[in-house]
Amino acid sequence: MILSTIFESGLSIHFYLFLSTILFVIGVVGVMIRRNAIVLLMCIELMLNAVNLLLVAFSTYYGKGDAQVFVFFIMVVAAAEATVGLSILVMAYRNARSIDVSIFNKLKG
Amino acid sequence: MNLATIAIILGGLTIGSALMVILSKHPVRSVLYLVLTFFLITANYVLMNAQFIAIVNIIVYAGAIMVLFLFVLMLLNLRKENEPKTPLVGKVAAALAGGSLLIVFVAAIKDSVMLTEAVVGDNQQGLVQNLGHLLFTKYVLPFEVSSILFIAAMVGAVLLAKRESQILE
Repeated sequence: MILSTIFESGLSIHFYLFLSTILFVIGVVGVMIRRNAIVLLMCIELMLNAVNLLLVAFSTYYGKGDAQVFVFFIMVVAAAEATVGLSILVMAYRNARSIDVSIFNKLKG
Repeated sequence: MNLATIAIILGGLTIGSALMVILSKHPVRSVLYLVLTFFLITANYVLMNAQFIAIVNIIVYAGAIMVLFLFVLMLLNLRKENEPKTPLVGKVAAALAGGSLLIVFVAAIKDSVMLTEAVVGDNQQGLVQNLGHLLFTKYVLPFEVSSILFIAAMVGAVLLAKRESQILE
């Protein structure tokens, strides 16, 4: 069982800082280049996971468990968000027969 | 092969599969690559000995949320020709904007100095016992509030998925 931290083996916390920054930016770019609303929601999940990864890395680095409890709450919120978002999408698809995000332009008064 | 090498390889694989999520044309492929990304992130958690988070990540994300996505995607029965496309100008602009964001982030964190040294020794705060103790003492109020959030989300999802005539009856 690995009980020693990964940071003892010569890896700095900056590795996880950069890794989660890159993952977050990939999520942001995905939101911008895709028009499919489901893929947009998936990119939001990717951004949330980048933050989770950073929180766990700092939790391990500082030896405190609080950040991992926050990760747990982020997962709760992500699950609720995915459920409501997907049901809104199903309803929008039923009305417009498309999941292109530009259908939401019609919401303008 | 030490832990640092494994972590670097895992990080590279994670970035690669995250890129495939946004680059693959077919949405089902995107979902499958996102599942792969979640498993790789879980491997990172295991490497950091965050056992509870690793298991919950597999169960909740790769298990529940991604199955929900896949289910909705197959329910809507999308075809490849209906897949909405972004014009090339938009893609270039998005890549430039994302690149600028990355540069800003990297410039902000590259010179950062961590205030305290890394804790060396046994790294047990990610075990179920310790996290459960923290969750039910210090964070018990947010834990209960999150259950209210879940009920609200559940009722909202059911209400949204019904047709208006069904609700009015």
